[in-house]
Amino acid sequence: MTSPSVVPVPAPPPNDELELLLRLGDDRLVLGHRLSEWCGHAPILEEDIALANVALDLLGQATLFLRRAGEVEGKGRDEDALAYFREAVEFRNCLLVEQPNGDFGFTIARQFLFDVHAVVTLDALSRSTSAEIAALAAKSLKEAKYHVRHSGEWMLMLGDGTDESHRRVQRALDELWRFTPELFVADGVAARLAVQGIAPDLPALHAKWETIVRDVVGRATLTLPHESMHSPHLRGGRSGMHSEHLGHMLAELQIVARSHPGAKW
Amino acid sequence: MSGTSATRLTRDEILAVLDTVMDPEVPVLSVRELGIVRDVRLEAGEAVTVVVTPTYSGCPAIRVIEQDITSALHGAGIADVRIETVYSPAWTSDWIPTEARAKLKAYGIAPPSPAAATDLVQLLRAPRTPQCPYCDSRDTEVRSEFGSTACKSICWCRSCRQPFEEFKGI
Repeated sequence: MTSPSVVPVPAPPPNDELELLLRLGDDRLVLGHRLSEWCGHAPILEEDIALANVALDLLGQATLFLRRAGEVEGKGRDEDALAYFREAVEFRNCLLVEQPNGDFGFTIARQFLFDVHAVVTLDALSRSTSAEIAALAAKSLKEAKYHVRHSGEWMLMLGDGTDESHRRVQRALDELWRFTPELFVADGVAARLAVQGIAPDLPALHAKWETIVRDVVGRATLTLPHESMHSPHLRGGRSGMHSEHLGHMLAELQIVARSHPGAKW
Repeated sequence: MSGTSATRLTRDEILAVLDTVMDPEVPVLSVRELGIVRDVRLEAGEAVTVVVTPTYSGCPAIRVIEQDITSALHGAGIADVRIETVYSPAWTSDWIPTEARAKLKAYGIAPPSPAAATDLVQLLRAPRTPQCPYCDSRDTEVRSEFGSTACKSICWCRSCRQPFEEFKGI
């Protein structure tokens, strides 16, 4: 008896640029949605408006990156198809941005850690060998700079504020610190893109990020958690392994589009 | 005016039509004055391509602006209007010309200050005091960098005790 011949199906070549665009787009889509949850609930009116403005910018950036992702993918999916009709396992955002809002201090600490990541990343990407990515990064960087001014100045105010505000924002940093190594994991995608000059070298970027974060955290009279709090297990977002929180969030984000596919207004 | 080749509008005439298309959120400025229209190209045949760039990446007005440009040119007899979006160079408020800044001020919005190059993370900058569009005082403060639209900050004039908006310099 002859065994059936098995013809191995060659794996499709990895589309690293698509992966990068999904990471950039999904980080912003998910964090933008989280911030929009504050609308009508922020501690003061100016902050309600500020968080909604940042949410809108992030949603706009997500639109640009996901639209380009759809073009690079070449399967006819636009930014809406990617935002509303993918499952949680297909999302490529980091775990940091999907964490629930918590109190205002938690939201600000999460935002600050992300915003510093955004400015160093977009600054580097604005020199990408991919002209399309460089253009979208340079545009987004202008907005990310005033985002980090907002979250960074709040870190100073809360950290160097009352005992209560200090305690809360320190607790937020302690909880969120373990999610930050994932922002800079040089997996195969990131390593290959760095070689091509499409994306920056992540270990170098990590050092730049940490210098800025340490400076602001110190000025805010806060302390960074010990490195042992860098849990190597809290990652996986870039390959679709998310915390339970993302699915719940996507249910809310996607239900209208899925209930009325193709609806126009 | 008909859309036949005999009466095809020149590029300058098309630009003049676009001068009448106002921004929906700042209706005293045209889409050209805001720097949203980057170029106009007369294509082979009858088609006209308008090259636009968004101000802020999340500006919800951009779709309305594209529709307004298209219908204004349809109204001028151009049947085939194409919108092309570019992102580089990134939009800057520095593109708003001097005459348009005076219109902003007359409308009650302080015009943007120059978009200075800043460090990636620059906290606690020296406070800015935009000139009050109502009483011209400099005894003002920026209350929040975030306002009613992505492009505006909320300010307060201590002299005439009025809140006012400032077009952000980016």
